[in-house]
Amino acid sequence: MAGDLKKVAYYPGCALEGTGHSYNRSTKEVGKALGLDLVELKNWNCCGAMEVKNVDPQVQTYLSARNLTIAQDMGFDTVMAPCNGCYHNLKKAEYDLTHNPQAAQVTERISKKAGHKAYEPGGVETIHALDWIKHGVGEEELKQRAKGKLAGLKVANYYGCMYTRPRHIFPEKDQGPGSESTSKPHFMDDILAAAGAENVEFPLKTACCGGAHSLSDSDISTKLVLNILTTAEACGAEVIATECPTCHSGLEMHQVRAEKVLGRKTSVKILYFTQLLGMALGLSAKKVGVQENLSDPSEFLRLKGLG
Amino acid sequence: MPIHEKSLIRPENLITNDSLVIDGVDVSGHWSTFIKSRTITDYNEAMEDEISALPGGENIHRCWQCGSCTNACTVNAVNPDFNPRYWIYLIRQGLEEELLRDKDIIWQCVSCNKCTYACPRDVVPEGVMKATAHWLELKGHTPKSPSTHFDEGFTESILATGKIEEGRVLRTFFQRTGQPLNQPWLVALVGGLVKRFPLGYLIRMGWSTVFRPRTSNWSRTGRAIEEYVSERRAEQAKALGLDTEGGH
Repeated sequence: MAGDLKKVAYYPGCALEGTGHSYNRSTKEVGKALGLDLVELKNWNCCGAMEVKNVDPQVQTYLSARNLTIAQDMGFDTVMAPCNGCYHNLKKAEYDLTHNPQAAQVTERISKKAGHKAYEPGGVETIHALDWIKHGVGEEELKQRAKGKLAGLKVANYYGCMYTRPRHIFPEKDQGPGSESTSKPHFMDDILAAAGAENVEFPLKTACCGGAHSLSDSDISTKLVLNILTTAEACGAEVIATECPTCHSGLEMHQVRAEKVLGRKTSVKILYFTQLLGMALGLSAKKVGVQENLSDPSEFLRLKGLG
Repeated sequence: MPIHEKSLIRPENLITNDSLVIDGVDVSGHWSTFIKSRTITDYNEAMEDEISALPGGENIHRCWQCGSCTNACTVNAVNPDFNPRYWIYLIRQGLEEELLRDKDIIWQCVSCNKCTYACPRDVVPEGVMKATAHWLELKGHTPKSPSTHFDEGFTESILATGKIEEGRVLRTFFQRTGQPLNQPWLVALVGGLVKRFPLGYLIRMGWSTVFRPRTSNWSRTGRAIEEYVSERRAEQAKALGLDTEGGH
């Protein structure tokens, strides 16, 4: 990790202002509870999500790079993005601007016309909310603070696609002990285990939820999500912990759709890892935005003595 | 060197003789199954170059047909006809007619990047799938896919304001693809939300509709991007030999 993680730039992204608002809320609350300061990027823009690259990949690189310029102008060397899509795109921009002269040229050109300095690679490191908590606080402190509050909670940790693929844009991963793995990621497992959760063996940690086609090809998304939900249940999980707003709302939406369209009902709960961690740190369900989730886990949380 | 996956051989190209004896050995029935030999004369020699001129298709020439992409593919596991390795082979051979048999499913790539992760040759098969789907649309072989409608509506929103508002993207998408908004599952979903959290949710929804989220002083940036995109579009149309006035 670059510098001090006690105060980093924060890039929430569009989804966290919309359907992923509870992820935004719980991330900020967890930060507050753990003494980690977040300073939101001033006047940020969309990173391009999964759509702009299909219109033109270089535009996506520019859009992401503009946010990195803002972080740098604000004097930060680290920006934290909790959304897998944002995190992935900022990482990809960093990679492309280093390795692809055409990408650098287009970013230079559009930045100039837009009237700001073009981002130069190496200026800012992008980290995920998982890196932020794992390295900014650490498991020992989490253990002491959470006092095993999640004990007995059986969790399947679901990371999705964009946190690990393609691996070449994540040079810090797969670097031996202590680093994150792209084939079997474990940072979320580590964090929730420190808070007392019982992580189940879950083979679909990095399976795809079909998020890119959540609406444009709903039937495939429903099939892929149903596979994730039923596998988690078969592995003994009561909760799927998520760390991406697209995955999270995809799982929630298609859990309903699978029931309505295919008649396949599943009961596994879906919560952001920041919501679980927040409640482990003693925050209320309301404080971590559970009421803003599309699905309603309140009865389950009551039974578990959480929130 | 072609790879023959049994699933890729169409039934009309298989010959099975009910009774056949070769060199005194009875090979009747299943034992005498042959693939009919074909002579193909109409290659589209420009196809590989055209697809590699579209964003994502740049590295198609690197493919050595190992099949890691298809083996890793999320969509292939749901639909065995979705076969990136095979399509890359067809494109590189110029077998347009064969490719067109699958024209309606190529856009269904979910961009999970498992293929790109697995590819030992840095072909970026995910990008090739997108380039191929665009090529099919640009050449008029398929109408714009739902995915293209979604990508375009999404990108327009960013060019206009610097950000997206999910409700607007959703409404634009349903409108452009001619689908009603009152899908039973969507109604159940929103209904559940409103019931649990009526005031806050409605206020937020109303707020984002009226006060569209936007990046301030964005218009110069939006214009600079638009200018670049239309230049690229013209270049691509030229590479595909299309009339630049019409088309996409």
